[in-house]
Amino acid sequence: MVAVLLGPAAWADQRPERVVSVNLCTDQLGLLLADSGQLISVSRLAHEPDSSAMVEAARALPANGSGAEEVYLLTPDLVLAGTFTDSATVQMLRDLGIRVELFAPARSLEDVPARLRQMGAALGRTAVAEEMVARFEADLAALTVTLTPRPRAALYYVNSYTSGDRSLASDILAVAGFDNVASEVGLDWGGVLPLEKLVMLAPDLIIQGRDYPGQARAEDTLDHPALLALSDTLQAGQLTDRDWICGTPQVLNAIRAMRDLRLSMEADR
Amino acid sequence: MKLAALLVALCAALFVVSLTSGQVNASVGESLVALWRDDGLPLSVVMQEIRLPRALLAVMIGASLGMAGAAMQGFLRNPLAEPGLIGVSGSAALGAVLAIQTGLTLFFPLALPLAALSGAVLAVVLILLLAGPRGASITLILAGIAISALAGALTSLVLNLSPNPFAAADIVFWMMGSLADRSFDHVWLALPFMMLGWALLALSARGLDALTLGEDAAQAMGINLARLRLMLVIGTASCVGAATAVAGAVGFVGLVVPHLLRGFVGARPSSLLWASALGGAAMVLAADIAVREILPQRDLKLGVLMALVGAPLFLHLIFKTRKEMA
Repeated sequence: MVAVLLGPAAWADQRPERVVSVNLCTDQLGLLLADSGQLISVSRLAHEPDSSAMVEAARALPANGSGAEEVYLLTPDLVLAGTFTDSATVQMLRDLGIRVELFAPARSLEDVPARLRQMGAALGRTAVAEEMVARFEADLAALTVTLTPRPRAALYYVNSYTSGDRSLASDILAVAGFDNVASEVGLDWGGVLPLEKLVMLAPDLIIQGRDYPGQARAEDTLDHPALLALSDTLQAGQLTDRDWICGTPQVLNAIRAMRDLRLSMEADR
Repeated sequence: MKLAALLVALCAALFVVSLTSGQVNASVGESLVALWRDDGLPLSVVMQEIRLPRALLAVMIGASLGMAGAAMQGFLRNPLAEPGLIGVSGSAALGAVLAIQTGLTLFFPLALPLAALSGAVLAVVLILLLAGPRGASITLILAGIAISALAGALTSLVLNLSPNPFAAADIVFWMMGSLADRSFDHVWLALPFMMLGWALLALSARGLDALTLGEDAAQAMGINLARLRLMLVIGTASCVGAATAVAGAVGFVGLVVPHLLRGFVGARPSSLLWASALGGAAMVLAADIAVREILPQRDLKLGVLMALVGAPLFLHLIFKTRKEMA
């Protein structure tokens, strides 16, 4: 009764004990920071090895389908969701009196400490979060590549989509010592980079999006002969995997892989 | 002959324009020189590996669809018989989608045109069975609607069931057709089947001419109707199947082009065949230039443009047919 009268402010002091996550990235932040037994369910995607960077830890918990009905029946006292989670679901849960904490997707490496702190505060685990932030920042500093010249890299996904400078993927490239060619054609936020334009940019390196199961014609452009005809371009293959998706300390794995690639290019020169 | 020279000149001019339209800001001269240079520079790669196969495919697909339309109309003696409208293209797309989604094309690339061809054969045979030898408009169109709807629904179903998150977006491509970012792989995949189709349809020209006098007269002139029907089924299916396998279902080419040219060739099916091939090539080249010039950033689909031109004409033809029947 007191909690109802005081509104959201009162929740901060009360540590949630039954936490349900309905978003792939909040699943991982939750798994990293929650006390044992605090997180009781993760989203279904967390159990998919292609998407989830923490699949072993996630499989210890039951998965939910992220629908309001299913989540409510788990009787949570906190639901972790993304800002892109269906707003009808979020509203429904809030109307039912459940606290829902929303996490925006990370658009840069700076968002990683911010999300860790937000999750720490939501779970009442701020000390653990601060510890993890300190470790993340130290690791990040140790991995940063300062070699010059910086090779011009292109991120190339299905349907000719690319990520621009204002994206987590582009930050991963930058820390590993690469420049993103998308900014040369004004795609700061990312968008469609037509095959012809990509070829004309003649990047030093093309990094492709991950391979999805099954077939789609939309994936044809990824192995178009025109890309192979660029003699000075290194085809790095499919590198952007599950470690690139979420703003968690897992991105350090992605940075490590890109850093190894950058150092191997240096060795070949 | 004057018409032939005119159409060839039109195709040649449109071919050059097609080669020089796209995302890259290079002068026409520069681009055309880069077409022949073997230096691995970006502009040469764009011209040789992206633009050239695209323009070639436009010619091949346009010729195939134009010729297939003229042949079907000649055989059924009905100006509404068009591969896209009567579900042949849709069935070919279903065949292609099945070949891709089962993973068959990974091990055996020719499975793509072969599966599309099988889908097309099935549809042509069904149409001939349902519409009967004379191809009365009403039964032809009704059979076409049914086959198109079924093929479209099954294509959507197969793509929606795919584990690949991008497969559902492919539905638009298969229904509307596009030449964006096709390569020489696709040219070599389609060309043998199209050449077979062109040859068979060309061989059926004399039979189609004779058929204008009626089936009895044609038989009296020594035309083997069963053989003619078989050549037409395989020829049309090869043309439409190969075109659809690499570019999706591009509709209305086989309707608009023969309709525009029929007056110039004196309504003789044999002349209309080659004229429609050239006219179809010009039409698809022009449409593919338009999709790049109107909305360069948006990958507008070929079929959208063809439908905007073709559908009003189709309605006009239905109206005319109705008046004739009345």
